[in-house]
Amino acid sequence: MLDGFWLDVRIFLVVEVAVLILGLIVALTRSSRAAAFFPFRMLAATYTDVFRGLPVILVIYLIGFGVPALELSGVPTDPVVLGAIALALCYAAYVAEVYRAGIESVHPSQTSAALSLGLTPVQSTRHVILPQAIRRVIPPLLNDFIALTKDVALISILGPLEAFRQAQIAASSTFNYTPLLAAAVLYLAVTIPLARLVDHFTARDRLLRSAGAAV
Amino acid sequence: MTTPPVLEVQGVTKAYGEAEVLSGVDLAVREHEAVALIGASGSGKSTLLRCIDLLEEIDDGDVLLDGDVITDPSVDPVQVRRRLAMVFQAFNLFPHLSVLDNILLAPSRAHGMSKGEATESARELLRRFGLAERESAYPDRLSGGQQQRVAIVRALATRPRALLLDEITSALDPELVGEVLEVVRELKDEGMTMLIATHEMGFARDVANEVCFLHEGRILERGAPEQVLSDPQQPETQRFLRRLLSAGRV
Repeated sequence: MLDGFWLDVRIFLVVEVAVLILGLIVALTRSSRAAAFFPFRMLAATYTDVFRGLPVILVIYLIGFGVPALELSGVPTDPVVLGAIALALCYAAYVAEVYRAGIESVHPSQTSAALSLGLTPVQSTRHVILPQAIRRVIPPLLNDFIALTKDVALISILGPLEAFRQAQIAASSTFNYTPLLAAAVLYLAVTIPLARLVDHFTARDRLLRSAGAAV
Repeated sequence: MTTPPVLEVQGVTKAYGEAEVLSGVDLAVREHEAVALIGASGSGKSTLLRCIDLLEEIDDGDVLLDGDVITDPSVDPVQVRRRLAMVFQAFNLFPHLSVLDNILLAPSRAHGMSKGEATESARELLRRFGLAERESAYPDRLSGGQQQRVAIVRALATRPRALLLDEITSALDPELVGEVLEVVRELKDEGMTMLIATHEMGFARDVANEVCFLHEGRILERGAPEQVLSDPQQPETQRFLRRLLSAGRV
């Protein structure tokens, strides 16, 4: 089962990185003001609406079983890869909205100041807006990480022998639920430290804010 | 041939939806001169400054910088903003950057200065304005007066052709106003060209070559500070100054 759990961890890490990147791209697209970006904004908005509106398990089913059924050449058929793609698509939609909330929480006067100094809109986003936005959304981002670590288990419906799946097999062959409990412990070993990390960042944020307000 | 004014505003209009904020403003700021914009809140002072710095689009008219029209759609606003600098009422320092990094961001990223050159001139400016010890502090550790002086240094570090000051003392506690105005006086003595929106009439009288009274998006009265502030001709100007007087602001 440790092997299975190691597979979970690897899927989680890869999907997490993909989610952080894809989510940021979608958020930046949705937050852009340029008129030329209008079609991309629409596309990004549709993407977040669709993937936030579907149950994760349904997306995993559709992509995990649907894509191989199309028998397209050059498209991956490995259930681990397909499951990871499905998870990344679902979570990036949530994470994009978290980023976007962060970007929009930075006061527009910061953009004015950056532009008035001669920075380009891209430089202003990169050096002034994003650093502030990301700092503010670290706790909610970590919350989404926690949810993702657990949802990696959903990939088991496609067959890969990750921890939950192995525990299920072991439990059903022995009629003993200990393997499932062991799997639960493994998940908690990851999610509880993550939860403490969220607390830590939230507390630090509060501290910084009150320190700022005191001056 | 006379040299054109550094800044020239010709018949500028600007509306937000139905509400017209600027209704045909004409204005010129010559080299080494300071023009003070006075007028009630909402009279269009800030909007005018933001339009000149191309942070807002104007609906009609022209703004010229050194004789070049900058409000033409073919002009790259980024290049124009690199020739001007603006200081804001609420300082708008970048809270995630130290004082020094606030100042260095634009020179090193947007003005093609080497990090070394930019750092040297930033430190020099900080020393001049008594901020040398605060270079590694973050903005929220500074007093309002210090923050605004850092914001002025940040603007100067881009070596602007003209400085736009948008009510830079309005967000300050009264006892901190003096240190900021002192900086502006020094800049004026050095010949910096400035357009200053302000509620500080005493300061306008000291520093400005010309005072313009803005009312409902128009310049109703303009002239030498003594004339406009001591002997206003327009009833609106008289009323505005009387209100300030009774509020103890003159």
